[in-house]
Amino acid sequence: MESGFASSSKGFMENVDQPHVLAVDDSDIDRKLIEKLLKNFSCKVTTAENGPMALEFLGLGDHQNHSNISKVNLVITDYCMPGMTGYELLKKIKESSVMKEVPVVIMSSENIPNRINKCLEEGAQMFMLKPIKQSDIKQLRCHLMNCRS
Amino acid sequence: MAGVPQLQKRLVDYTASLFHEGVLDEQFNQLQLLQDDSNPNFVVEVVSLFFEDSERLLNDLTKTLNQQDVDFNKVGANVHQLKGSSSSIGAQRVQRVCIAFRNYGEEQNIEGCLKSLQLVKHEYAIVKNKLETLFKLEQQILAAGGIIPRS
Repeated sequence: MESGFASSSKGFMENVDQPHVLAVDDSDIDRKLIEKLLKNFSCKVTTAENGPMALEFLGLGDHQNHSNISKVNLVITDYCMPGMTGYELLKKIKESSVMKEVPVVIMSSENIPNRINKCLEEGAQMFMLKPIKQSDIKQLRCHLMNCRS
Repeated sequence: MAGVPQLQKRLVDYTASLFHEGVLDEQFNQLQLLQDDSNPNFVVEVVSLFFEDSERLLNDLTKTLNQQDVDFNKVGANVHQLKGSSSSIGAQRVQRVCIAFRNYGEEQNIEGCLKSLQLVKHEYAIVKNKLETLFKLEQQILAAGGIIPRS
């Protein structure tokens, strides 16, 4: 299977014109790509190159600061990153009382069912296979906004 | 000096040949689709990143594989990165060699790794050369006042 969907979608981005997405990837090329893809779909984008920096931005890092909570509507993260993996980042977000409702999408270059299931079970909203294309982002927006089509 | 229509045809034919030879795949089309007026140099920027990253990774791989005691974890990590970035820009043949390279690394097969390193350097040189030629053709069209044809 190419991508997985969580069974419940909270329509988190329903009323948001310009969703703010935090994109996490250790590859500078992939960060540039995902940023452009998301911007083309009217998203405001912040990128982070690893899990700890992402957590810092979300206010879940060493200096607990919740000023960015209301700002981020979606986190999209690569799975394979040195240090903290995307899975571990997902867990930290879902464990946090303030950020656990933020949808998290995992990207990976590997189509490994165990990996996909593990992420979905931990609460990932969606799993996307790299390389990410425009149609994937379209699908993502639709999924997160509870599109009926 | 060729006129704009001839230059455009040259570009279209050249691009088609790269796809036909498998040097580039559909993902490169996706990159071109992302380029727009707000980001008119997007493809060149992404490909430049790819060139920089690849050269660094190939240098590191050469160093790592020439050690007495090869650190196969390092090899694996570098090949994974190279596989990822080549896939992201549509450099299909580079990506394919990386898959074989990764397998040799996992088997800790030094001969296989060295062979793969040679192959990936070869394929990288080809895709670099071809993309630089492609960008030059685009520049020639723009310099002649034409627009770049997109299928």
